[in-house]
Formats: sequence, structure tokens, C-alpha cells
Amino acid sequence: MSGDWLPATVIDADWPIPTGRSLWVRVDGWPGNLAGQHVDVRLTAEDGYRAERSYSISTHGPSPVLEFAVDELPDGEVSPYLVHDIEVGDRFEVRGPVGRYFVWEPAQTGPVQLIAGGSGIVPLMAMARARRDSGSDAPFKLLYSVRGEPYAYFAEELEQLRGETFGIDWVYTKRAPEGWHRPPGRIDRELLEQLVIPAAEQPSVYICGPTPFVEAAANLLVDLGHDPARIRTERFGG
Amino acid sequence: MTISEERRTMIVSRGFGERRREPDPSLPPGQRTTEDFPVMSAGPTPVVSPADWRFSIATERGTAEWGWDDLMAQPIDDVTTDIHCVTRWSKLGTRWRGVSLDHVLAAAGGTEQVSAMIDCYGDYTTNVPIADLVGGKAWLAFEFEGEPLEPEHGFPVRLIVPHLYFWKSAKWVRGLRTQAVDEPGFWEVNGYHQYGDPWREQRYW
Repeated sequence: MSGDWLPATVIDADWPIPTGRSLWVRVDGWPGNLAGQHVDVRLTAEDGYRAERSYSISTHGPSPVLEFAVDELPDGEVSPYLVHDIEVGDRFEVRGPVGRYFVWEPAQTGPVQLIAGGSGIVPLMAMARARRDSGSDAPFKLLYSVRGEPYAYFAEELEQLRGETFGIDWVYTKRAPEGWHRPPGRIDRELLEQLVIPAAEQPSVYICGPTPFVEAAANLLVDLGHDPARIRTERFGG
Repeated sequence: MTISEERRTMIVSRGFGERRREPDPSLPPGQRTTEDFPVMSAGPTPVVSPADWRFSIATERGTAEWGWDDLMAQPIDDVTTDIHCVTRWSKLGTRWRGVSLDHVLAAAGGTEQVSAMIDCYGDYTTNVPIADLVGGKAWLAFEFEGEPLEPEHGFPVRLIVPHLYFWKSAKWVRGLRTQAVDEPGFWEVNGYHQYGDPWREQRYW
């Protein structure tokens, strides 16, 4: 399934948040991917030195054009290069797609609760886009926790997805916009009880973000009566 | 392909490599070291107390069941080992305490079968060949760096099979079933390799 390393060319890049970058690449021979899957990235220096990393993909389907978002890690080796140095036209290699569990497919018709912390939005964005592109009317809700407004990936596109069957709740942990109805703070039991599709409706829940965020959200939801078997998690920091 | 041919066909990322790390011979290909202990789990963290913990050992000869006290009554090994996660981090020189799977299987009278399915609280499963569980290569571990396991790292007991990618080292274990055929477990049907040798980079199907 994951096959060989394939050449990828950067065709677009921007900085949607101050500490991270969105990269669009064209991958010749890409077999397509489900919403929520990963890709392995391999970078080669001019003297042959190599480094490999895994990134979630925010696009889905058969297209050979993939998007992924990269947060700069303070002590990183690869992320500073991808965030600051790489330019349109530059090349590297990818392999994938990887992972068949943390995925949403349009054939799933039940309610879906997405819960993202920071750049954990990336695979969930692929699911939101897959829902839109397939014309699915599965009820979706997204809870997206960010430090503050400038740190939200895909903010504009998400707001365009908002509708009767796609709810979006922003949670600001450090700094809320002027006049926001809730003081900044981390997710807690009360907040999840208020914002998440109730356990009685048996939503499929996808949680992605830093480990402490995912641990907190998943444990609180189990506590609120959600069936652990319907909660899928992806933790990063690895 | 010769090295010079490979060089010619290499896809180079212009300007990459300035922040490179010194190569470490104890790292399998494509891995990097981390000082943290990242968490990889497909679902919420199960809550299991040592008093409630049970471990069943089902072989062609029958089924034995251990509780926490049975585990503690076994010979306990101190293990220092490197661990390698398929998501590309490795952690070198980690220290564990646990009971060798040699004792676990012996308690059930041994097995002639080829493989074991490891079962976990939270319904995770993974398959490991018997040959990779015996001979001092795998443990039921209950301590990491001198402390009980953290909940998200498998409290109270996890498997460690450190010579394979770490998804094989199942957390919150509650039993093993020997099998005549090496049937795949959870990640093995969801895209990851049936065996998972980090030195041969057996990451995916």
C-alpha cells in the first residue's frame, strides 16, 4: 500500500499561522488517500544525508496534489527547513498513504464529532473537506482549540463550511478575540458537555492534537458516557 | 544500482541538511532520537487497577489466568533497551522491570504454536511470533525508569518486545492467545507490517 518513494514538487506554500506553514505539493504517481491518512516525507541533502518524518494530510481523494501543514518545532531539524527554507519548485520525496484507522469515509452516515488541538486540525480538515466534496449530509461538529485567533489553520475555509449540519466551536486557550463569550482556557468537562454531540446520539469522535490535549478530551468524553470504541485518537509530539 | 547511479537519480532538497544530527549507529534507518516519551494510542486510555488486572494465557493446552500477585510472584528482570516507534522516534537506553514471556508461556505448559495474539483492555490487539516472545526477548513490564507505568503508557502492565517496532509492545495487556497461523492484529490490518523489524524498516504493508 505504501509502496515506493515518489517525487514531490512544492507548488504552493504559505504561512497561515505565525509558527507554521502550509505546503501544497504535486506527487507524480500518488495513489490517492483517504481523509485522515499520513504521508512519510524524505528529505535528501546535496551530499546524500537524509531525514524522514511523518505528516498528516489535509487533503483527500485521488488528486496528486496534497496539502500538509508543518508546525515549527523549537529544536527541530526538518520542520524549520519546511517552515522557513523550502520554496515553490523545490523537491523532496513522499511515500504513502499510511494508516487505515484514523480515517473518515463518505459511506459513514452517522454523526461525527471532530476535536482538534492546534495543528491537530490537519487530518480533521481532510475529513471536513471529504464531507463537503462528497455531498455527504452526515451531521458534523468541530471543536477547534487554539492559543488565539492568529494560530488557527484553515480558519476561513472552516467558516465557509459552517452550516445547519456542520457546527463549529472555537476554543481559545490563551487569548480570546475581543468580546468573545468565554474567557480563554483549556477544555474541561463542562465545556465538552456543552459543545460535543451528546453520547446518546452515538457520534463517531475523532480527536487529534498534542498528547495532553488528546488525553484530556478522550478521558472526559469517556467520563461523559461516550463509548471508548467510538473514540479515535491521534496524538502527536513524536 | 551503483552508488554513483543512485546519486544521479537522487532527489535533492536544495539547502537541506544544515541542522543535521550526528548519525548514531544504534539508530535503525529513518529513526531519530527523542528524550520525551511520545504517546501513540488509537483510542482513549483504559483505566485498569492492579487489583482488577487479569492476564489470561490461552494455548493449545488450556488457559491459565494471572492476577497482579501471580505476576509479582514470578522472577523479575531489570531490562535496559532501546525502543523504536514506527512514527520515527527512538528512545535509547530505556529501563524497565518486568516478567519474561519465557515464564509466562512456561506457566501455561509451553506451546508448539507459531504465533500469539496479544489482547488488551480497550480492545487493542497485536500479533507476535512465539519465537520473538521467548529467549529473553519480551517481557510483561510494570515499571518504567523506576516508576509504575503512566496510565497513557499502559498502566498497570504492558508488553515490551523492544526488537520490533513499538506498536507490537501493546499497552494495558490482558492476555495472549497462541495461534497456529500468524493472524494479524489491530494495526497489522490497518496498514502496518505483519512483523515490524525496525532494522529492515518493516513499517507498512
